[in-house]
Amino acid sequence: MRYVIVGSGPAGLSAIESIREVDRDNEVLLVTAEKYVGYSKPLITYLLGKMTEKSKMFYRTEEFLKENDVSILPETKITGLATEDKLLFAENGEKIEYDKLLIATGGRPFISEIEGLKGQDGIFTFTTWEDEEKVENYIKENKIEDAIVLGGGLIGLKTTEALMKLGLKVTIIELSDRILSVTFDRKASEIITRALKKEGCEVITGDTVVRVKGKKRISKITLKSGKEINTQLLIIAIGVKPNVEFLEDSGIDINRGIVVNEKMETSVNDVYAAGDCTEFLDLIDGQRKTIAIWPVAVSQGKVAGYNMVGKDSKYPGGIPMNSVELAGVPTVSVGHTNLIEENGFEVLTFENKDTYKKIVLKDNKIVGAILVNNIDRAGIYTGLILQRIDVSSFKNKLLDENFGFVYLPREFRKMMLEGDVKVWLE
Amino acid sequence: MKRILVREEYCIGCKLCEINCVAAQVGSSNLIKIYRYVPELPEPNLIVEEDEYTTFAIQCRNCDDPMCLKACITGAMHRDSFTGAIRVDKERCVGCWMCVMACPIGVIKRTNDGKKAASKCELCVDRGTPACVENCPNEALVLIEVGE
Repeated sequence: MRYVIVGSGPAGLSAIESIREVDRDNEVLLVTAEKYVGYSKPLITYLLGKMTEKSKMFYRTEEFLKENDVSILPETKITGLATEDKLLFAENGEKIEYDKLLIATGGRPFISEIEGLKGQDGIFTFTTWEDEEKVENYIKENKIEDAIVLGGGLIGLKTTEALMKLGLKVTIIELSDRILSVTFDRKASEIITRALKKEGCEVITGDTVVRVKGKKRISKITLKSGKEINTQLLIIAIGVKPNVEFLEDSGIDINRGIVVNEKMETSVNDVYAAGDCTEFLDLIDGQRKTIAIWPVAVSQGKVAGYNMVGKDSKYPGGIPMNSVELAGVPTVSVGHTNLIEENGFEVLTFENKDTYKKIVLKDNKIVGAILVNNIDRAGIYTGLILQRIDVSSFKNKLLDENFGFVYLPREFRKMMLEGDVKVWLE
Repeated sequence: MKRILVREEYCIGCKLCEINCVAAQVGSSNLIKIYRYVPELPEPNLIVEEDEYTTFAIQCRNCDDPMCLKACITGAMHRDSFTGAIRVDKERCVGCWMCVMACPIGVIKRTNDGKKAASKCELCVDRGTPACVENCPNEALVLIEVGE
């Protein structure tokens, strides 16, 4: 028996943990396009901004892989899959046999139509450690002092923060009318925009880059509005999509991401998928979608790993959630937060200067929460969302500064404090 | 694996658990000296909640399937293989607060004494018995063995 895991992100690594929990004997082979194995992608902005160091990039270390007796094929990009023969094809010509396969290839950045992009240096996406190295070197070698970040989502903003820590003057360009429009509501976006501007960052919304000019190296961009900005560095961070192109002819069902069931099985026998390359249920609206966040990848990987070794395990679905500190402002967004009262949702808010809290409810159950500046005990809301607790008896306490378990129904509290705490719905 | 059992019907809200938690982090049991001479005391790794006649202390439940472990992007949050307690390696932690967002009990705190890092109850594994349990006068906090 040979387990093959394609992708060394959190989904792949957590699958390895559950496989090894049950099966210590059979071969586990980890195949990854990456040069570095076991590092944490979200840490690349921390590394660029010198908020962490290289030795701390590995979320799962070499010892972990050794202890778990994992064979590794790094820098091996998979380009095809023949499920009838149980064979993977790598770009370097190698053929890899498997008995049970996990596809955990994550997402990859997409790039919008921009005139003049080809053949220019100084233009990067920013999702891998290798991207980080290239950007860091480019800044050093060319003594770059300013940068344009295209895309005001989480990756764009964390990259902005890192560049600002290096002393660069950064301009964010976002197509929609505000930054973080997917994660946050208008109010929260405003607070973060204000904090960014205060630190010297420029934020342009409702506009995008349509043309790039330069001789071998970028020197100027043109916006849709016609405005021109001189720059030597452009980071494109407009979004990521499931990295599944190599499966096109494999016969595996793919919608936007790989279609999986609650056991993380794909439409083809012995092929599993987990993490940002998949689509599965959003527990709040019941829609199938890709929720490209770390905890979902870990949970899905864990479930996939168990099922690969024959231990029955189910993943019920997930909810979006993000925690990010920007320009010194800690923020948390859980669930669906952009819903409005007109559509049958109840919205509770609290505001005091730059502190902002918002709870969105539907039928007396929390479906979303935003916390800006004061994020302490945020996880209680996450737990209430996931467990679909009726909050009618303590709704008026939800936004209290001291909101806690003391206001929750006694039975539920006793269960959480005395029973086996089991929150993630598995 | 150990877990602190919270028995709210026995809690009298004296907060001895809170100050003894702080003292244990400082590494002394002399409460008076600590509160008098230590300039910047750490935050207690537990929270005493109160409302009318209900009061109890709440700290890490040491969950079987911890959300904080699943949310951690650095590997800082880990289960100690010897004691089973969930601990934070503050050197690795970058302060992304994913664990603060994920912990359904809301007992992971943010600290920033020079370096941003998450802080939580680690069951006083280096000390032996949890200081809160040891100093609870009414056995409202009890250390129990759970799981295998």
